Amino acid sequence: MSAEETQQGATAPATTRKDRFLRGVVHPELVERNVPLDEPPPWPENSKLAKVGKPTARLDGRAKATGAARYPSDIQLPGMLYARMVVSPHPHAKVLSIDTTAAERHPGVRAVHVLDRVLGGAVLSDPSKEVNSKFPIVRFAGQPVAAVAAITPAAALEAAAKIAVDYEPLPFVVDLDEAKKADAPRVFPGDAAQQASAGGGGGGGGVQQTGNVRGPMLGRGAKQDGKKATEDALAACDVVVDATFRTQVQTHSALETHGVVADWRDDGLTVYASTQSTLSVRDELAAIFDLPKAKVRVLTEFMGGGFGAKFGAGTFGLVAASLSKKTGAPVRLFYDRKEEHLSTGNRPDSEQRLRLGADKDGKLRALAFEGFGTAGVGTGAGTAGPAQALYRIPSIWTEESDVFTHAGPGAAFRAPGHPQGCFALEQAIDELAEKLGIDTLELMDRNDEHPARREERRLGAEKIGWHRRRPPTRNADATGPIRRGLGVAQAVWYRINNMDSGCEVRIAQDGSVEALSAVQDIGGGIKTVIAQVVAEELGLAPQDIVVRVGDTNYPPGPPSGGSMTTSSLTPAVRNAAYQAKLEFQKAVAGALSLSVDQVELSAGQVRVATSPPQTLTFRQAAGRLRTDVVAARAMRSPEYGERGMDFLGGVQFAEVTVDIETGIVKVERVVAVHDCGRPMNPLAIESQINGGVLQGISYALYENRRLDRSTGRMVNANLEQYKILGAMETPEIEVVLVENYLARSSTDAGGIGEPSTIPTAAAVANAIYNAIGVRVRELPITPARVLAALGKIPTTGASR
Amino acid sequence: MIARFEWQDPKSLAEALAALAPEPGESAGAALLKAGGVDVIDRLKEGLDSPKRLVNLRNIPGLDRVEASPDGGLVIGPLVTLARLDADSSVRDRYAALADAAGHAATPNVRQAATIGGNILQRPRCWYFRNADFHCLKKGGGRCYAQEGENDYHAVFGNRVCAIVHPSAVATALSAIGAQLEVASAKKQRSIAIDDFFVRPDVDIQREHVLAPDEILIGIHLPAPSPGMRTAYLKLGEKESFDWPIAEAAVRLDFEPGAARVVKSARIVLGAAAPIPWRASKAEGWLVGKPITEATARQAASAAIEGATPLAQNAYKLPLLETVVRRALLAAKGVEDKA
Repeated sequence: MSAEETQQGATAPATTRKDRFLRGVVHPELVERNVPLDEPPPWPENSKLAKVGKPTARLDGRAKATGAARYPSDIQLPGMLYARMVVSPHPHAKVLSIDTTAAERHPGVRAVHVLDRVLGGAVLSDPSKEVNSKFPIVRFAGQPVAAVAAITPAAALEAAAKIAVDYEPLPFVVDLDEAKKADAPRVFPGDAAQQASAGGGGGGGGVQQTGNVRGPMLGRGAKQDGKKATEDALAACDVVVDATFRTQVQTHSALETHGVVADWRDDGLTVYASTQSTLSVRDELAAIFDLPKAKVRVLTEFMGGGFGAKFGAGTFGLVAASLSKKTGAPVRLFYDRKEEHLSTGNRPDSEQRLRLGADKDGKLRALAFEGFGTAGVGTGAGTAGPAQALYRIPSIWTEESDVFTHAGPGAAFRAPGHPQGCFALEQAIDELAEKLGIDTLELMDRNDEHPARREERRLGAEKIGWHRRRPPTRNADATGPIRRGLGVAQAVWYRINNMDSGCEVRIAQDGSVEALSAVQDIGGGIKTVIAQVVAEELGLAPQDIVVRVGDTNYPPGPPSGGSMTTSSLTPAVRNAAYQAKLEFQKAVAGALSLSVDQVELSAGQVRVATSPPQTLTFRQAAGRLRTDVVAARAMRSPEYGERGMDFLGGVQFAEVTVDIETGIVKVERVVAVHDCGRPMNPLAIESQINGGVLQGISYALYENRRLDRSTGRMVNANLEQYKILGAMETPEIEVVLVENYLARSSTDAGGIGEPSTIPTAAAVANAIYNAIGVRVRELPITPARVLAALGKIPTTGASR
Repeated sequence: MIARFEWQDPKSLAEALAALAPEPGESAGAALLKAGGVDVIDRLKEGLDSPKRLVNLRNIPGLDRVEASPDGGLVIGPLVTLARLDADSSVRDRYAALADAAGHAATPNVRQAATIGGNILQRPRCWYFRNADFHCLKKGGGRCYAQEGENDYHAVFGNRVCAIVHPSAVATALSAIGAQLEVASAKKQRSIAIDDFFVRPDVDIQREHVLAPDEILIGIHLPAPSPGMRTAYLKLGEKESFDWPIAEAAVRLDFEPGAARVVKSARIVLGAAAPIPWRASKAEGWLVGKPITEATARQAASAAIEGATPLAQNAYKLPLLETVVRRALLAAKGVEDKA
C-alpha cells in the first residue's frame, strides 16, 4: 500500500498496526510501536528463539580454513592480464613527461595506461587554482602515475620499470607540526574537500582553510557564545585536567590488499572486487565509464578484510577497467604490500588538547577540546566524537582541524576518530578521578547514565577483579622490575542503518531455501547470520539455507562500514523470509484446495487442516508447490519508533605488566563487555570483539607508519618493520555480551565491529598509568616512551 | 615481485664453489648463495639483489652436521637451522647463549627454515638499506639517511658513518663464545676468529664481513668449554613474536676454579647496538678477578654502555642495553649456581 493511497481519505484501511517490543537491558520492558502491516510479529528475547542468538559456526568456515574459498585476489580468468602501477617516489612533484615507448615494446605488454586522475583524498574546490600541468600533480610518495598490463606478473614488473617519468620535485611537508606553520609548503593551492565514504572519514565542504589547516570544525550545534560559556564553566570547576595527547598514523593492513579483476566485454563490465561495498564499486565505475548500472556487475563472494578502507572503485579499479577496455581481456590489478601501505588509506594521526573539569562531587561540568590531525592529502582526521557523545557534560566546546600533508590519504578506519578520541578522553577521565579521589568507575557512574554502559561496568569490574586495583603509589612498593596495573575505558558508537538493504528468499519445490543479497561479507560473518534469520523464520537449521552474497545482480546490500551491516540487513532478511513463508503457506494451501489459514508452517513442520489433519515435513509440503519456486523480496523498513540516535558501545578492562627497567609493556588480560542490540550470533560477535581488542592493543603498543622527514617516504612499508601484534602479544580475552533491546526493527540487531576496538588503547594506557604512576600520552606506547616517561633516558634524545 | 633468475642446485661443495665463480664476462656477484632463503627472498623481492643465478646450498651433504671436534669443542655446519640449534642438547647443554639466541629469533616457522650460516651472513635490516627508494651510502649512494632520519632502531656505538645494527642474534652469541669460522674457496680453506670476521662500516661500507666473493662458510667451530665456562644470551624486543631485538646481550664467563668463584675472563657482547657484534671490552676487563654479584653486574653493565654515541631517537637503547647486560651476567652466574 503506497503513501498516496493512505491519503485518500479517512476510510482508507490502516497501514500500520501496534505491536509490543522488548526494550532495555537485563529486565527489558515492553514498549508499543506502530509498525507497517507487513512486518513480522515481534520476537521475544533471545533465550526463547531457536536459531537467532545461538552461537553458530560460520557456514563458510571450512572453505576459508581449507583454502577452498576463492577470494577476489584468487580469481583467474582465461586470457587474464596482470597490471602493475608505476608510482611516484616523490612526495610532491609535477610530472613533466611520461615516456611509455620502451614499455610498449616489451613483448609481454598488451597495454599501457597513463593516469589522468587519482581517486581518494581531497580535491580542490576550485580546479582552476591547480598548477598548470598535463598530468595530475603528485602529492604523496606512492601516488600512481601510470600502469601496464602484461601477460605475466614478471613481464608487468619489467615493463613498468621501463616507463620513464620525468618529475619536477616540489617542496613538501609530511610532519603535522611543520605542516601547520604559515610558511609550510602547501599541499593544495586552494581550498580542498573530500566526500565522506559509507564508513565515515572524509567530511563535508564549507570549512575554512588557512594554508594546510582546514578548520576548525565546531561541534554539532555550537553557538557563537559556546566557547566563552565553556571557558567560564571550566573556570568555575573545582578540579580541571588539562592535557595534550598524541596518536600515530595506523595503516589498515588487511590481509588481502586492495585490488580487482576487471573484465570488460561488449555486453558489460564484470569486476571481481575486494570491497566492503559492492554497490559503491558498481556505482562509481558506472559513473566514470558512463555505463548503465545494469551493465556493471560486481562480485565479492569472499574478501580479505577492509577495516574501512575498501569503498568505491579505487584508482586500481579505474585503471584495471581502463586496461581491460583497451585490451579486451580481463585484467588483474592487486596492490603489493608496499603500495597498500602507501596509498590505500590509514587512520590519521592526532594531537588533542583536552580540558576537563568537574565539581568536587565528581559531576563533570565542562569540556573543551581542541584537535588537529593529518589524513595526508585527505580529510577526516577529526577525533571529537567521544568527547561529544560519551558523557553527560553540561558545557562542551570542540574544535577540530584537518592538516594537509604530503602523505597518502587517510580513509575510514574502524570507528573513524574514536580510538584516538577515546585514548585522550578516557585518560583524562582517569586522571580526573584520581585528582578527585574517586574511583574511575564511580566517576563514570556519576556521569554516564546509559543503562547498557552501567551494566557493562558492573559486569566487567566483577570479571576483571577491579577490587584488586591499587593506587600507583602502592604499586611502587613492589620488589623487582615488574609492575602490574588495571585500567578501564568506555566506548560509544552510533546505530547507523542503510536503507538500500534488501534480500530475496526463495523456497524451491525440493524444499531447498536460498537467500540472496548483494551484501559482501567483510569477515563479520553476515552470511551465517542471514542463514540463522531465515532458519528461525522457517523453522529450519541455518545449514539448510543456501546463502548467496556479494553479487550486484542480487537485491542491494548495505556497505559494510559504520558497523551497520547486521543492523541494516537482517530486518530485510527476516521480512523477506516471513513474506516467503506466507507465500509458501498460500501456495501449499492452493495446491491442497485449502484456505490459507488452514496451512501453518511452524518449527519446520507444516500442519494442514485436511480431514483428518496431517503434519507434513517442510520438504513434503514444498513438494506440493505447483511452481518451481516461491519467493519474496524485502527491503529494510525504517526504524520503528520516534526519530533519534541510539548508541552502541562497550566497556573494556585491561590488566598489564610493565617492566620499569626496560619499558616493555605486556597486556595480560582484557575483559570486553559490549552491547549490540539483539546479539544475533554470539560466536561471530565474540570473534569480532577478539579482533577489535587485538587491533586495539596493536594500535596501543606497536603499529606506527613512519615517514622519513627528509624524503617524505615511508620507511616501514612492509609487515616486518610495520609492527603488528602477533601470537605472543595476544592476551587472555574474555568477552561478555549484554542484550540491549531497542525496539527498532524486526530483528533489533546492532553492530559490533567498531565499538570493539575503540576503548582498548585507552584501557591499556590507563592500566599502564596504574602500574607505573606516570602517564604516557602518546601512541604507540613503546619501551622508549615508557622509559622517557619514567625519566630513565640519559640524554634528550626522544624517540618519535 | 622477483625478477627472473636461474636456479642452480649443486650436490657438492665443489659444485657450489664452481657455481659461485663468475662465468666469462660476468662480474662478481652474478651468483648469490641461498641457504634457508629467509633473507635472500626479502632482498630479491625489494630488488636489492638481482642475481643472474641463485645457488641453493640445501642439497649439499654434510653442511647440516653438528659434531664434536677433535679439541673437545663442537663444529656446526652452516645449514643447521635455528630450530635445531635451539633443540640440540650438545649445543644447549654447553653453549646456552647460542641455543637461546637461535631459539628467540623471529618465529617458529622462520626458525625451521633459517640457518646459522644464513643468519650470520644476512644483510642488515636498516629500513633505509632495505628500501629500494633510498640510495644510501651502503648501496653506493651519498649519505646515511639514518643519521638525521628515523633512527630509533639504529646503532648507538660505531655509528658515525653508517648506523646499521648487525642483525644476527646468533652472531652476538658466537662472538661471546669466541667461535672460529671455517671458510673455503676453490683454492684453499681458512679459519677466521669471529672477532676478526665482521667489518665496521668505517673500514668498508659495502660489506659486513670479510668473506671473499669466492668463499663459502662451511663450518662454525665452538671452542671446548673450560670447566668454569658459563654463557647466557638475553634479548629485549618491542614484541616477542616476529620482531627484531632492540637490545641484546650475550656473555661468556670463565670462572676461576675453587670456592671463590671469581671471574677469570669475560666476554660481553652487545647486540642491536652497533654495525657489528659489539664487545664491551672495558666491562670485560673490569670484571676479571671479581665475583658476579648484583653489584658487580650493575657496575659492569654501566661500564658496557660507556662511550655510546646515541642518535636523536635512540638514546633509550642505553638503559635497555645496560639492563640486558646486567641480567645476562646474572643469568650466566645463575646457571653456574645450579651446576
